[in-house]
Amino acid sequence: MPHEPGVRLMQGNEACAEGALAAGLDFFAGYPITPSTEVAEFLAERLPRTGGTFIQMEDEIASMAAVVGASLAGARAMTATSGPGFSLKQENLGFAALVEAPCVVVNVQRQGPSTGLPTSPSQGDIMQARWGTHGDHPAVVLAPWSVHECFDLTVTAFNLAERLRIPVILLTDEVIGHMREKVTLPDPSSIRRESRPRIPPRTPGALPYEDRHSDVPPMAVFGDGNRAHVTGLLHDRRGYPIGPGPEAAALIRRLQAKVDARRSELAMVHGEMLDDAEVVVVAVGCVARSALRAVRLARQEGIAAGFLRPITVWPFPEERLARLAEEVRGFVVPEMNLGQLVYEVERAVRGRAAVRAYSRVDGNLITPEEVLGALREVARP
Amino acid sequence: MSTPLAEKYLRVDRLPHIWCRGCGHGTVLGALMRALDEVEADMDRTVVVSGIGCASRAAGYFNCDGLHTTHGRALAFATGVKLARPELRVVVITGDGDLAAIGGNHFIHAARRNIEMTCICFNNHVYGMTSGQHSPTSPRLSLAPTAPYGHIERDFDLCELARVAGASYVARAATYQARSMARLIARALRQQGFAFVEAITQCPTYYGRRNRLGSAADMLRWQKEHTVDVARARQLDPAELEGKIVVGELHRADWPEYTRAYAELVARVREEGTS
Repeated sequence: MPHEPGVRLMQGNEACAEGALAAGLDFFAGYPITPSTEVAEFLAERLPRTGGTFIQMEDEIASMAAVVGASLAGARAMTATSGPGFSLKQENLGFAALVEAPCVVVNVQRQGPSTGLPTSPSQGDIMQARWGTHGDHPAVVLAPWSVHECFDLTVTAFNLAERLRIPVILLTDEVIGHMREKVTLPDPSSIRRESRPRIPPRTPGALPYEDRHSDVPPMAVFGDGNRAHVTGLLHDRRGYPIGPGPEAAALIRRLQAKVDARRSELAMVHGEMLDDAEVVVVAVGCVARSALRAVRLARQEGIAAGFLRPITVWPFPEERLARLAEEVRGFVVPEMNLGQLVYEVERAVRGRAAVRAYSRVDGNLITPEEVLGALREVARP
Repeated sequence: MSTPLAEKYLRVDRLPHIWCRGCGHGTVLGALMRALDEVEADMDRTVVVSGIGCASRAAGYFNCDGLHTTHGRALAFATGVKLARPELRVVVITGDGDLAAIGGNHFIHAARRNIEMTCICFNNHVYGMTSGQHSPTSPRLSLAPTAPYGHIERDFDLCELARVAGASYVARAATYQARSMARLIARALRQQGFAFVEAITQCPTYYGRRNRLGSAADMLRWQKEHTVDVARARQLDPAELEGKIVVGELHRADWPEYTRAYAELVARVREEGTS
């Protein structure tokens, strides 16, 4: 049962769940945790009506495992969690990356570490979303800044997960997840659905990880009669375990290259007032809302301020930042952590412009006035 | 090694297996293979799911869809597979450490849900893959690299745990009685619901040697002397059963099965939605 198109007042978590359904979600496994629980509650009500499957598992680890199992059996699968739960999902997220199981993981960030401040917003998981699981692995992480974008980017997350056979993380936060806004839902038939490449049923000599024709091997979905072996060990084209050597390196490099080769497509940004900007605020998620307001206030004061919002946090849009660094005096990076995004900005800027970090970790949203203060310091040193 | 049965059910190009000389895991694998044959399992519609450890490597030898997952999580992955494709036969292969320690939570909840799958625990009483550390089924006072002065914890009765958690079929067999083991696994494969079989298997390399239990043959002899069939056990008093391992079909109950209950829920909700 698709949604009714039109204008609705909706919460971010609800928009995310609605987007998942629009993207063809047919399996959700989750575990209760604030501030993400509404995603599960909404889908517990809606999925049975669409003939899909909802299950509340015994813990966060199990819900990630069930999502990967369902994905390997052909489902378009998702889970949703927050900080402590996201930590628990990391091992099986790495498994999903290695076995190339498409899935979407929503992390509605809250203030940590540990149980932290339940449940105040935070952006403390920017690095965890990239590097949380052990070993080298690809990562695509999208960060919506509005309720509407929760809907749109969940659809995008599914399409990227399916097309590239990777886990995709939707990194929201307590503000975005719980905020209510006007949303105009598109006609369901206008939403494009991409599906994973798939080996036809009972293909003689099917190789579940045949990568000679594409860097995204067609998937041998369980039950299709292709008798795939899927393992968390490094494996060859047949899916069989291998030892150290060039084949192992080639696998790890290919997994990473799936994302690297598509960097320019994947690294989406939203920029405003950049043409003549001297100082640019770089912000993601809820903080970007305050940042854009600050940029407008700065313009009223005569400061040539600009706004750059990485919609894709990983892969980080470093080329865009590098180009801007040639043109501007400096950057301001407000974030609700002690500095994570700012490392990536510094890496892209390479000393060619000033980079000013602004941190807040008291569980409250950074205000436009705070960003404006930081902007003034960089604009008028 | 290759027999017509092995050609049909195993990836014979993966043999010989990785297990040590004298290990009982091959016997359990053989019992499962014969049981699959007995129930005429369609290997195109069978998924073998496993976790981490010696036992879990068995998933790689079956000629069907196989899923070798993370440590302890086989049942949680299997739950996702089964829910997404309820028509598939799901077999879970696990070990005592994998199932009862790191995966203990998934074990009790898979049993409680009574989701249809056959879970076979290769119980060798140690973590063999990491060379013999004590597991939740290591007997009290046994020796292990992580219990050099004797293991002071009590051991889990996995079958009792499965039964009280809600499994609809529970059986135990030992590797010295391979035929009986195959028969019990076949019954488990036919059960509508969560079916659990504990397969007692010998680890002469890491458990037997350290605990001076002799060769693999000596350990099988020990099994023979210390196992009691469930029918006979019912006639013995507790004192006579002290130190004995009861084998056979221990429990069977017809609880509602999870995927069927979910399908009914979907049908009911959709009917209400249209009326």
